[in-house]
Amino acid sequence: MLRYITQRLIESAIVLLIMSFLIYGLIGLMPGDPIDLMITADPKLTPEDAARLKALYGLDRPIAERYLNWLSAAFTGDLGYSRIHARPVLEVLRPALGNTVLLMGLSFALALAIALPAGVIAALKPQSALDNTINMVAFAGISVPPFWLAILLIILFAVVLGWLPAGGMGDAGWWSRASHLVLPVAALTLVTVGGIIRFVRAATIEALRQDYVRTARAKGLSRRQVIVGHVLRNAMIPVVTILALNFGALFSGALITETMFGWLGMGKAIYDAIMGNDFNLALIGLLLATLTTLLANLLADLTYAWLDPRISYR
Amino acid sequence: MSGSEPYQLAADAGQAAGPPRSIRAILWRRFLQHHLALGSLVVLGVLVSVSLAAPLVEWALGLDANKVNLLGRFLAPSASHWLGTDELGRDLLLRLLYGGRVSLLVGIAAALCAALIGTLLGLLAGYHGGWLDAFVMRFADGIIALPLLPLLIVLAAVDLNKLGLPETLAGSENISLYRIVLLIALVGWTTVARLVRGATLSMRTREFVRAAEGLGAGHLRIMLVHILPNVVSPIIVATTLSVGNIILLESVLSFLGLGIQPPTASWGNMLTGAQELIWSAPALAVWPGLLIFVTVIAFNFLGDGLQDALDPKAVQG
Repeated sequence: MLRYITQRLIESAIVLLIMSFLIYGLIGLMPGDPIDLMITADPKLTPEDAARLKALYGLDRPIAERYLNWLSAAFTGDLGYSRIHARPVLEVLRPALGNTVLLMGLSFALALAIALPAGVIAALKPQSALDNTINMVAFAGISVPPFWLAILLIILFAVVLGWLPAGGMGDAGWWSRASHLVLPVAALTLVTVGGIIRFVRAATIEALRQDYVRTARAKGLSRRQVIVGHVLRNAMIPVVTILALNFGALFSGALITETMFGWLGMGKAIYDAIMGNDFNLALIGLLLATLTTLLANLLADLTYAWLDPRISYR
Repeated sequence: MSGSEPYQLAADAGQAAGPPRSIRAILWRRFLQHHLALGSLVVLGVLVSVSLAAPLVEWALGLDANKVNLLGRFLAPSASHWLGTDELGRDLLLRLLYGGRVSLLVGIAAALCAALIGTLLGLLAGYHGGWLDAFVMRFADGIIALPLLPLLIVLAAVDLNKLGLPETLAGSENISLYRIVLLIALVGWTTVARLVRGATLSMRTREFVRAAEGLGAGHLRIMLVHILPNVVSPIIVATTLSVGNIILLESVLSFLGLGIQPPTASWGNMLTGAQELIWSAPALAVWPGLLIFVTVIAFNFLGDGLQDALDPKAVQG
């Protein structure tokens, strides 16, 4: 087990290293570079000054050399400065990470609390009116454009009804912060819940068709005992895996939600950094997102082995 | 309970009642029973036809979809502007129809490209096995594991001139369309590749494949003539289901200003401007999103119905 975890961690590190090179290269291909931006900001800069600056920052070197320099600096803990915020990258990202964890955690917990019972109830009575209703809601959830849902929520609750703020973080008081969280959490929950309902429903139906369920019924267990002890335990194994594997999708949803509602999380930080030519911030933000997703996937596999004793990792 | 579903096919085939039917007739009948999928097919047919007819509507109404008219902004629906006008005085209905062309085209083209890449890689990996299989599947796992949207945003922001593309191509009007189809196909092939690879692995050891080998058929012939036709139905289902997701992805990227570039309309970029206008003209924000929603849900229902009809083991519902 320990050996398996070590091996997976090494693999994740390699993927992260490859990604860091790819993203570093891609970011160099985005429009404008820092020196060009300085030139447009200061018309007194001559082309010779620009060339000197490029040499000073090492921008005239080949990409592989620049990447290695960046990498060795990163390993010593120097992740560079954010251009937009004029502060060290980590100082910008730390509060953003906290805000994203809050938004994603709340939405995910809420989505689970709705989807688990809804999916199981739908699966126990396939084709019933209740199943069809739940199914329709799930389909609507996976089909709605997340940013449009956010616009609709803002129109309804902020413009028409005026109950909730349309966006932003609010001030430090917990009441203000909470009222600013309601709409983003609602939006992210609604776009997440449909997919989970469909997984839970399919997994439960699959478990209901197994032979051991028939055996459990035949030996006279009550319906409740069969469902709780035999069906649900087995149905949850694929569900847990899929949930952890869906972390990347949840993060994509968070990026859209944060951008729409002006919630200062990782997703918005990354988007603003890419749009604002803030290379250092974009690079570290993307790598952090990748790292978290890789770790979530590892967690999925470990949970899988823990829930299902038939699987063993050497 | 749907425990008897796997045997439904045999029962449908006519042993139980009535004259024998062909497999095709059975599948068609099972599809027809799926009312949602059928309704979705009709809705999609209508959407595709009216989008294709956009120039005709333009001509019939005597309007120009891209004509800016600053004196006629935010007009209410009327006989000449059926849905009113947008923030630049352009006819909303025509913009929606032209936007539909782009969104549907991107969705279908990218899904087909992704299916093509996925089928080729899946066939090769499953048939060849060994290091090729390991490499392709690890690569697919890697793509699936990444946070896609932020990466697509970076890829969509790349400056094509810096990439060394010739100016005629990088500056052409449709470049944002080609680029988004290509990007989505590059990250979207993994589902089909996994399905095809799995099916190919199990087909490769079947008697008819061994027989073909024994008769001296080449690798290419075995893959294309003997294996591919047997893995077509999961490809069709997965591709149909992916169209909806791709349309969503395109709309998100276009909305964020990184997909289809104005003045070309797409349902996603029509909402970019609408976001600032929700206080004054909320109707502009409702229509494009509603059309995305209807199209995507129709593709999802259609894929679901196809899955029920084509996969005998599928749970009906």
